[in-house]
Amino acid sequence: MDSITNSADDLKTIRKIMEESSRFLSLSGLSGIFAGSYAIAGALVAWLFILPDHPAMDNSVLRFQLIIVALSVLILSIATSLYLSGRKAKKAGKSIWSPVSRRLLLNLMIPLVSGGCFTIILLFRNDIQLIVPGLLIFYGLALVNAGKFTYGEVFYLGILEILTGLFAALFSDQGIWFWVFGFGILHIVYGFIVYRKYES
Amino acid sequence: MKDLISGLNKTFESRIRLGIMSVLMVNDSCDFNGFKDTLGTTDGNLASHLKALEEKGLIQVNKQFIGRKPNTSYSATEEGMRQFQLHLRSLENLINSQ
Repeated sequence: MDSITNSADDLKTIRKIMEESSRFLSLSGLSGIFAGSYAIAGALVAWLFILPDHPAMDNSVLRFQLIIVALSVLILSIATSLYLSGRKAKKAGKSIWSPVSRRLLLNLMIPLVSGGCFTIILLFRNDIQLIVPGLLIFYGLALVNAGKFTYGEVFYLGILEILTGLFAALFSDQGIWFWVFGFGILHIVYGFIVYRKYES
Repeated sequence: MKDLISGLNKTFESRIRLGIMSVLMVNDSCDFNGFKDTLGTTDGNLASHLKALEEKGLIQVNKQFIGRKPNTSYSATEEGMRQFQLHLRSLENLINSQ
């Protein structure tokens, strides 16, 4: 009997160690909710203040203002997620900078940086309509790629972002609404699910 | 001996060795500090268990330089993976037999 409880304990330990050493589990769900809110706020700013002033789409001032808004959303989201994940890791007595988090970051960055470069090329070529679809698709690919190294939900979020991006390409004059759905609503729903499942 | 316990491997009886093998089953390689963070053991204890596993040919040691700093990482050998999987299966059998 004793050896059986021991075996069960052994297996439990093995499973835990395998999971902890191969997946980054300090990713915060709350940061998803924040990132989604920033994206929606950014879209709102663009829709209320920037777009009405510039009815013509091929305007360099308009483009510059939209880039500033998008970059602010990106930077705020990254900063919030680093802060919250760092806090979560600290609470669990873990480091945010580990072999697993480095692997996660590498796998996330390859599609993401490619997408960033692609977007810059689109900007120079004046193919404005494909920017939102491109951002969504590359971001989705990055999440699918990184999903193996953190919560499984990230993988499914990635699939949904890719689908959203493809639809955005199909209806490319409605970019702002696909931005709101892909970067806003999907992030909030994802963050809520992860938060409920792993953090409360 | 064909009974349930026969697959259980004495080498893996220690929790630390179990932990080392678990890490190496899901990671191509891991260095000393990586084990220390995951398993939370003292240096001496960890080193002696790593040495024991290495002597049995279950893990291999890779020494390399990162910049100027020497870095030692460990990875599981094929034999190590085979034996650990056998051990896992016996643990499961033992539990399922109840």
